[in-house]
Amino acid sequence: MTGTGTRKTKAMTKDQWKELFVKNAIYIVIFLIIMFIIIKEPAFLSLPVLRNILTQSSVRLILAFGVGGIIILQGTDLSLGRSVGFAAVIAGSLLQRADYASRFYPDMAALPLVLPLLASCAVSAFFSAINGWVVAKFKIHPFLATLGMMITLYGILSIYFASGAPGPQPIGGFDTRYVEFVIGSTLGIPNLVIYAGIISVIVWVLWNKTTFGKNLYAVGGNPEAAKVSGVNVGKTLILVYVMAGILYGIGGFLEAARIGSANNGTGFGYELDAIAACVVGGISFSGGIGKVSGAIAGVLMFTVISYGMTFIGMDQYFQYIIKGVIIVAAVALDAKKYVKKS
Amino acid sequence: MLVQDYLLSIKGVSKSFSGVQVLKDVHLEVKAGTVHSLMGENGAGKSTLMKCLFGIYRQDSGSFELAGKSFNFTDPKHALENGVSMVHQELNQVVQRSISDNIWLGRYPKKGLFVDEKKMRADTLALFQKINIHLDPDTPLSRLSVSQRQMVEIAKAISYDAKIIVLDEPTSSLTDNEVNTLFDIIGVLKTQGVGVIYISHKMDEIFKISDYVTVLRDGRYVGTESAKNLTMEKVVNMMVGRDLDDRFPPKTNVPGEVHMAVRGLTTKYPPVIHDVSFDLRRGEILGVAGLVGAGRTELMESLFGVRTLVSGEIQVDGKVIANSSPNKAILNRFAYLTEERRETGIYPLSDITFNSTIANIEAYKNKFGFLVDSKMEKDADNQISAMHIKTPSKREPIRSLSGGNQQKVIIGRWLLTNPDVLLLDEPTRGIDVGAKYEIYQLIINLAKSGKSVIVVSSEMPELIGITNRILVMSNGYMAGIVDTATATQTDIFNLAMKYLNNLREAEV
Repeated sequence: MTGTGTRKTKAMTKDQWKELFVKNAIYIVIFLIIMFIIIKEPAFLSLPVLRNILTQSSVRLILAFGVGGIIILQGTDLSLGRSVGFAAVIAGSLLQRADYASRFYPDMAALPLVLPLLASCAVSAFFSAINGWVVAKFKIHPFLATLGMMITLYGILSIYFASGAPGPQPIGGFDTRYVEFVIGSTLGIPNLVIYAGIISVIVWVLWNKTTFGKNLYAVGGNPEAAKVSGVNVGKTLILVYVMAGILYGIGGFLEAARIGSANNGTGFGYELDAIAACVVGGISFSGGIGKVSGAIAGVLMFTVISYGMTFIGMDQYFQYIIKGVIIVAAVALDAKKYVKKS
Repeated sequence: MLVQDYLLSIKGVSKSFSGVQVLKDVHLEVKAGTVHSLMGENGAGKSTLMKCLFGIYRQDSGSFELAGKSFNFTDPKHALENGVSMVHQELNQVVQRSISDNIWLGRYPKKGLFVDEKKMRADTLALFQKINIHLDPDTPLSRLSVSQRQMVEIAKAISYDAKIIVLDEPTSSLTDNEVNTLFDIIGVLKTQGVGVIYISHKMDEIFKISDYVTVLRDGRYVGTESAKNLTMEKVVNMMVGRDLDDRFPPKTNVPGEVHMAVRGLTTKYPPVIHDVSFDLRRGEILGVAGLVGAGRTELMESLFGVRTLVSGEIQVDGKVIANSSPNKAILNRFAYLTEERRETGIYPLSDITFNSTIANIEAYKNKFGFLVDSKMEKDADNQISAMHIKTPSKREPIRSLSGGNQQKVIIGRWLLTNPDVLLLDEPTRGIDVGAKYEIYQLIINLAKSGKSVIVVSSEMPELIGITNRILVMSNGYMAGIVDTATATQTDIFNLAMKYLNNLREAEV
């Protein structure tokens, strides 16, 4: 955050201080909330709590990277939650214990973990690619294109969910290899955190070191400029959606085992958490702006606040109010940077 | 290899849109290592010509030749790849990204799977050295000034090995120092054999850097002269011509006593206007002239309460009034016809009734607060007949009318609020010649009926044709007011350029 307040020649004027404060107001508020939590319950500052927060943030972060790329393109993705749900149901249905009573596929042999993972990713990426294609080809606003996809996906997902041998009931009794892979630890670090870490690195490289990433920012910042410079805008758009789909697939695969079951309601509303985290982390709806570190900060802040508020025993409903206000305040402050005065 | 006389030849290009001829037999020939200025008033056909060159439009007849070979570009990208590039007045860049990201956009150097940042940086620096620019390639464009961004765009053009570079109003938002830097760069380009087409309204610049000047007027080719043989007087005559014949109705309005007095108007936020004072008489038509960016529209917006004032006052009939918002201004019986009819004037899908009554909607309420359709429709009918609006019915969406008729509906909308002071910003923009005459007649009739009118226009003949006096803005300052009957176009041009280069002096 280097604002205009960092001129070296002159001392900062009152206006510059004000601007610096406004620009970072949301971080100041969040910092105050965290301080409040720590003062009320000093035990919040402990290793197990940190572990829990990181673990809870992991899947959210992977999803935030997916929708974050789309937001950089001046888009949004409402179908994220249903896509995650579909991926979770597919992974769960393919990875149940052999001795579990009501298996989705009663006679299926144990699969290597990678096959269900690929299946989840393929399905999510397929539907996400359709989103990208519709947005690129028909110039439909992503809000509407993905709203349609969100509803359609719920239908398809529910049909698949109901088609299993035991009928429409939650899919559980997962293979221990699968459960261990997701919720186990390696050298004391939760596996989920390791996966989120690896994916963060991959996304960072993709966004910053490849032509794909540079085109992503260029198309998001000024599609017209990208077009006249010979960037294939439509292709970039579809690729970004496909990448988002793959991340949703991974997220869904992990989420089923993390929760321990999956049904057609899994993932519902996740898109709003992911979008909110991106926005609070500085990935702007006006396009072309957003960093991997921003998504990480946004997700962590949300998890810390909600975990912390629960930790000090704050009423659940009250928490919603605080979260809602933070989102609107973050967007309002973001918008303030671009308002033209007359 | 043959030495070609001309790098680029534009030969007899004509273009018309739905029967209206906008370019007729235009020629332009650019030699390597020279700056060729293209001049003409707004609407003279400069940008249409460039759009034909870059393949955005296809000319009806005529041809383009590059180093003796005939060609037609399909789009700007195609032109760029063939060494012809344009730096637009509105820079088309990804401001969130760095300089080198912008220059190599669409053709990033790669090293394996990744973008070769090192090469990109080195190539950018080499490029900058060639044209003497000192900027760090990693700086985001959002932190550069407009002139620096322009230089980046020029550097980008050169990186495509451009032989012809078109600069469209490049100095409109530059300071003096920045203009000098730009001219230095143009000097470097000339020594490297690049041909520059320079489009500008600023006379002094043209004489400073041009080798040749070509003038267009009303889409016609007027002539090409070596800059050495030209004077400002001669260029102005070439640009505006002398025949104002009968494109304008007779001015039959008679200005009366002072109606509105404006004193020391100064705005807070950029683009700023400084210390503007003038009187407007009842029944007078006052023109406002000036170059692009001189503050004409800003002056209208200040009068109408759109812009925040730091000082100054407006008196109507001797009483000070406060137009602190457009709503207040309407209550004080001001009306403002905006410059961009399509963007801020019409509600395209709504019908004529809605479009004519919307500004006066309070007047159509009955005692329960509901709108009375019959009243609104009656007023719409009245407007249609009073202003000869050509439309099958008042229920027609305004979008389906011609530009001139749309403009009449909007003027009618304001007349229904019964205004006293009419502010008209480019009232005939985008309207064909016949319809213009009707708008002029309408404006003169309004003044005759005792309303006071201010008309902003970029078309000099229009201002001279219908106004009583002309206020000239220059770089945010008022450069003077001239009597239309005695002023010459050269006087007005000179006033318009008064504060362009001595900003400091003007502030003292």
